[in-house]
Amino acid sequence: MKVLAAMSGGVDSAVAAARAVDAGHEVVGVHLALSRMPGTLRTGSRGCCTIEDSRDAHMVAGLLGIPFYVWDFSERFKEDVVDDFIAEYANGRTPNPCMRCNEKIKFAALLDRAIALGFDAVATGHYAEIRPSAEGTPELHRGADLNKDQSYVLGVLTPDQLDHCLFPIGASASKADVRAEATRRGFPVADKPDSYDICFIPDGDTKAWLSDKIPMRPGLIQDEAGEALGEHDGAMTFTVGQRKGLRIERPAADGRPRYVLGVDPQENTVTVGPQEALAVDELEGIRTTWAGPAPADMGRSEEAGIDCEVQIRAHSDPVPARAWLGEVRTEVPAAEAAPLGPVVPRPRPAGQVLRVAVEEPLHGVAPGQTMVIYRGTRVLGQATIDVSRSRARAS
Amino acid sequence: MRAYFDHAATSPLTDEVLGTYTDELRRIGNASSQHAEGQAARVRLESARRRLAQAVGAEPAQVVFTSGGTEADNLAVKGIHAARLAQDPRRTRVLVSTIEHHAILESAEHLESRGATIEWLEVDRAGRVDPQVVADVIARDPETVSLVSVMLANNEIGTVQPIARIAQIAHAHDIPVHTDAVQALGQVPVDFATLGVDALSITAHKVGGPVGVGALVLSRTLAPVPVLHGGGQERSVRSGTLDVAGAAAFAHAAERATARLTDGTTARMAALRDRLAAGLLDTVPDAVLTGGDLDGDIDGLPARLPGNVHVVLPGCEGASLLFLLDAAGFATSTGSACQAGVARPSHVLLACGFDEEQSRSAQRFTLGPETTQQQVDALLAALPEAVERSRQAGLVGAGGAR
Repeated sequence: MKVLAAMSGGVDSAVAAARAVDAGHEVVGVHLALSRMPGTLRTGSRGCCTIEDSRDAHMVAGLLGIPFYVWDFSERFKEDVVDDFIAEYANGRTPNPCMRCNEKIKFAALLDRAIALGFDAVATGHYAEIRPSAEGTPELHRGADLNKDQSYVLGVLTPDQLDHCLFPIGASASKADVRAEATRRGFPVADKPDSYDICFIPDGDTKAWLSDKIPMRPGLIQDEAGEALGEHDGAMTFTVGQRKGLRIERPAADGRPRYVLGVDPQENTVTVGPQEALAVDELEGIRTTWAGPAPADMGRSEEAGIDCEVQIRAHSDPVPARAWLGEVRTEVPAAEAAPLGPVVPRPRPAGQVLRVAVEEPLHGVAPGQTMVIYRGTRVLGQATIDVSRSRARAS
Repeated sequence: MRAYFDHAATSPLTDEVLGTYTDELRRIGNASSQHAEGQAARVRLESARRRLAQAVGAEPAQVVFTSGGTEADNLAVKGIHAARLAQDPRRTRVLVSTIEHHAILESAEHLESRGATIEWLEVDRAGRVDPQVVADVIARDPETVSLVSVMLANNEIGTVQPIARIAQIAHAHDIPVHTDAVQALGQVPVDFATLGVDALSITAHKVGGPVGVGALVLSRTLAPVPVLHGGGQERSVRSGTLDVAGAAAFAHAAERATARLTDGTTARMAALRDRLAAGLLDTVPDAVLTGGDLDGDIDGLPARLPGNVHVVLPGCEGASLLFLLDAAGFATSTGSACQAGVARPSHVLLACGFDEEQSRSAQRFTLGPETTQQQVDALLAALPEAVERSRQAGLVGAGGAR
């Protein structure tokens, strides 16, 4: 096959490219320039797409004897990932930009270009596996190393995309193995630190970064009954489940810590309460996609649903769940969404609604987060959480 | 079989120049030392200076060796401006064309950040500065102009400028003129005296010499403030141990390149360039040739560099076309400045009136003396499919982003 290897300059994508070469594919390396203003040097585990990263990737391509190019996707990245990130926060939601990048850049813009240029597949250094189903269609599974498993952030991939993806290190036993292989191959990136955080917020201070981009107004922090407890300097930088940084002087009556329960960008309020008030057992997601054929046995009621597991964060544990299909929602016009000064309000996302109920309550579920549903190691699909509630408390 | 169509980026070192270079590299001696070895090195350096001066119509004393074109440009713009400003604090205006190389643009912007006023000289669709514009901008207040810098030939689109006329206009007000002749050298006659400029930048590696050596040809009466301070070599204008091997190789390469202008080599290259341009416009009918006419002249020089074809291929994604041609064995360029691969729209094309979309679909083919007709014909044969595919890539690239 003709394979385009996406090379970030890190150890995982380096070994992935090397394995694609070993597998006999005709491999071309490409480094995606995503930042409009690339930094020169990496600082620790932070930052991304620096000239240093590009150079590291180029060096590995040289060792592998494969052609290497830097492709500029900075404009697409800004429109589809960075601006989306800002708009989601402005609407009181908590987005996952890495998923958005996978959905819009790596496995869309890049993959589309690769196909147009005659490649058969794009290879990346993700820890996930693609296995053929009984019918021969691709299935997405968790990576063999559950500590490194990245199937969650790939949950947005559709069968068409999976058909053109290679994850050569997904079956690796551990990150240590991948590093050892990089050392064995003489890659200069073998000891490079893992990257964490959001690549376009180099100092990791999301709140400060956002406050530059979203107009902030001071507003009230209130309890569930609506009683004012304090002030905040901009509701949008708060996230459901957040405990730190609330700066409420008056302790709760029972002396227990308070958590953000909700953010209302229209009223500019942050509602706080005790941890148990964060517990939810029913989730409603929109923009549902399936990483394979949609489950055939899934109906439109809880009784007709399927047993599965749901995971709501990249590194949280999956919990047993029941999932069923809701209505197909049409788009709510932007005009009816929250007016936010210069930030364009976003329509509420449309599409197939996915409903999920869990036995053991989940905590800190924020709208905008992604829920990925699994059956064992297999990713069934995902949806963006729009609403969460507690049936236990309602009854 | 590879075919190299990126001579404007760097040119192949010929065996004979390589021989000169390595012979010199084997010899010991700092040209500033007093002993026999140093004396011998100095003799070889001055011989190189003399030969290089002759190749560019200058006097040996006018040649200041540098590390390359970027350093020569920096020294000219920053150094001459600083010297002129020191003579008269009113001289705060620097006239620079909008299509200069980044070595000039960034130097000018550096001066701007230190209080200078940059007067950007606009260009026409072909990328040419109208001398009358220079006259008008100067006339607004001639006493306040420190320097005019306009490149002799553009690195992207190959347009040659009416430098002699611009120099005459500026000299009427005793204003010095610098020209970046890095791309022009070896492609069109570069004669310091005939052009009448006060400073001229050149570099070895664009004419078959090594990377890392260049020169600022500088009138005797100009004493730019140094950019590099040190031991006072090169008229106290450019300190640093002299690169005798680089100078010798540069002189040799410049002589050869200059000889090619009249021995039929350049005419043959220009004919191949015309063949490529005609074939390209034939196979890709909506391609737009940027820059000046293929024939025609400007102030006695060809209006366009004889090795340059630069086109806008509507709908083509430039990086994709480059990749496809590279895979097919052809080294080309999108012609735009690159920092970590983030290709900003070419300031040259924008200055010529092309839009960002067009600037993203540009491709530059630059020929050299060793380019063959077979290579040109092979490129022409490969182009239609590559253009078609990169148009598809451009289409999927545009989808979803809007």
